[in-house]
Amino acid sequence: MLEGFNFRVILEYLPLYGECFLATLWLSGLSLLGAILVGIIACAMRLSQSRIISKAAGVYIESIRSTPLLAQLYFFYFGLPSLGVMLPEWVTGVIALTLNSGAYYAEIIRSGIQAIHLGQIEAGISSGLSYFQRMRYIILPQALGMTIRPMLGQAIVLVKDSSLLSLISIVELTRAGQTLTSERFMPTEGFLTTAVFYLIIYYMLKAFSNWSEKRLVFKEAY
Amino acid sequence: MWGFYFDELIRSLPFFLKGVWMTVAVSGLSLVAGSIIGFICGILRAGKSKILRVIIGAWVDVVRGTPFLVQVFIVFFILPSAGIELKAFPAAVIALSNLTASFICEIVASGILSVPKGQREAATSSGLSSYQQLRYIVMPQAMRAIMPPLVGQYVLLIKDSSVVSAIGVVDITRVGWLTVQRIPEGIMVFGLVGILYFCVCYPLINLSSYLEKRMTVMTVKL
Repeated sequence: MLEGFNFRVILEYLPLYGECFLATLWLSGLSLLGAILVGIIACAMRLSQSRIISKAAGVYIESIRSTPLLAQLYFFYFGLPSLGVMLPEWVTGVIALTLNSGAYYAEIIRSGIQAIHLGQIEAGISSGLSYFQRMRYIILPQALGMTIRPMLGQAIVLVKDSSLLSLISIVELTRAGQTLTSERFMPTEGFLTTAVFYLIIYYMLKAFSNWSEKRLVFKEAY
Repeated sequence: MWGFYFDELIRSLPFFLKGVWMTVAVSGLSLVAGSIIGFICGILRAGKSKILRVIIGAWVDVVRGTPFLVQVFIVFFILPSAGIELKAFPAAVIALSNLTASFICEIVASGILSVPKGQREAATSSGLSSYQQLRYIVMPQAMRAIMPPLVGQYVLLIKDSSVVSAIGVVDITRVGWLTVQRIPEGIMVFGLVGILYFCVCYPLINLSSYLEKRMTVMTVKL
């Protein structure tokens, strides 16, 4: 299988891989930021006093979690144009990734928030803090601290999921492997190189996750 | 126009049901194969042999660190160059079983390690063989920690099976993709795709959260 593994082709295509590596990084970075934001909002809605708002967020989270990302991606890719909304592919891809991971982040943050003692929130209310102040100064710092590991785990999933964007013809790492396959018919070289680049991101995030667990700052803040 | 396309969609419903069957077949086969391999590897990973632990750990890392789409391409495009010609369906089952096995391996290993050491020592001093220890002492207790994430993993398996549509397995997602070429209403077509996945996944999701609740109560009782 690996005899005749052609390193020269990989060297020749290395600039393409570098470009695609950066594309994967910024596409997933952008989606990650969006997803955390969506997650915080959806989680706040899920835990809201109003039943309608809570139900709406529940429907969003459940429907995302019980359908595959690829179906969601195609839903936006084929669905938005039929509504008359024309967007570049990468915007569609980032939207789908953001909404998908956002639902998972909402659940992760919720488990963090629900682990906080109710007394803390009550203490916040009785000190006269507003809802946003309670969120900003009491709940979120603790919830984020406790959930840093599952959040990094979801970030790893997000980076891997970004490979699906290649299926709606966005140029990123997996697409580089496909390019090598179609131009030179060298799938072995193409996809193994792609896999190595993903592993680099994976090991970096994993190392960060292990490191953050050792740091006291990220452990329970109280 | 919506009404016309809706009728068309209803008419192609049998096609969709075939896709559901394919999704169930691919995920069912991978579920069985992945569970068997995963349990064996998990038991070995929690076992005594250090070499096996390291090898299995490296395998798990590689499978976890690369996107499933890339793994599917590797199985589908690279194995033939090693002389193993595969149709899309077996390639999909192999890739999906491999993915599931690696995740189940970690779940099983951490479940076994969560059983207190004293239990094993007590079993050893009662003269149980190591097979008997595993079968009667360790596994029954470990199953409590294993079951909820295991069912959660099965949900992920069904969702990940959508990715194999990229190599031409005609599952629900592929059927949606083919239909949308004919019926250009992405929202409707992929809405239906989402509903079908939801129908397959939702019972499992509920089972998972039910088990999670039940199993935690049981642990508290101990």
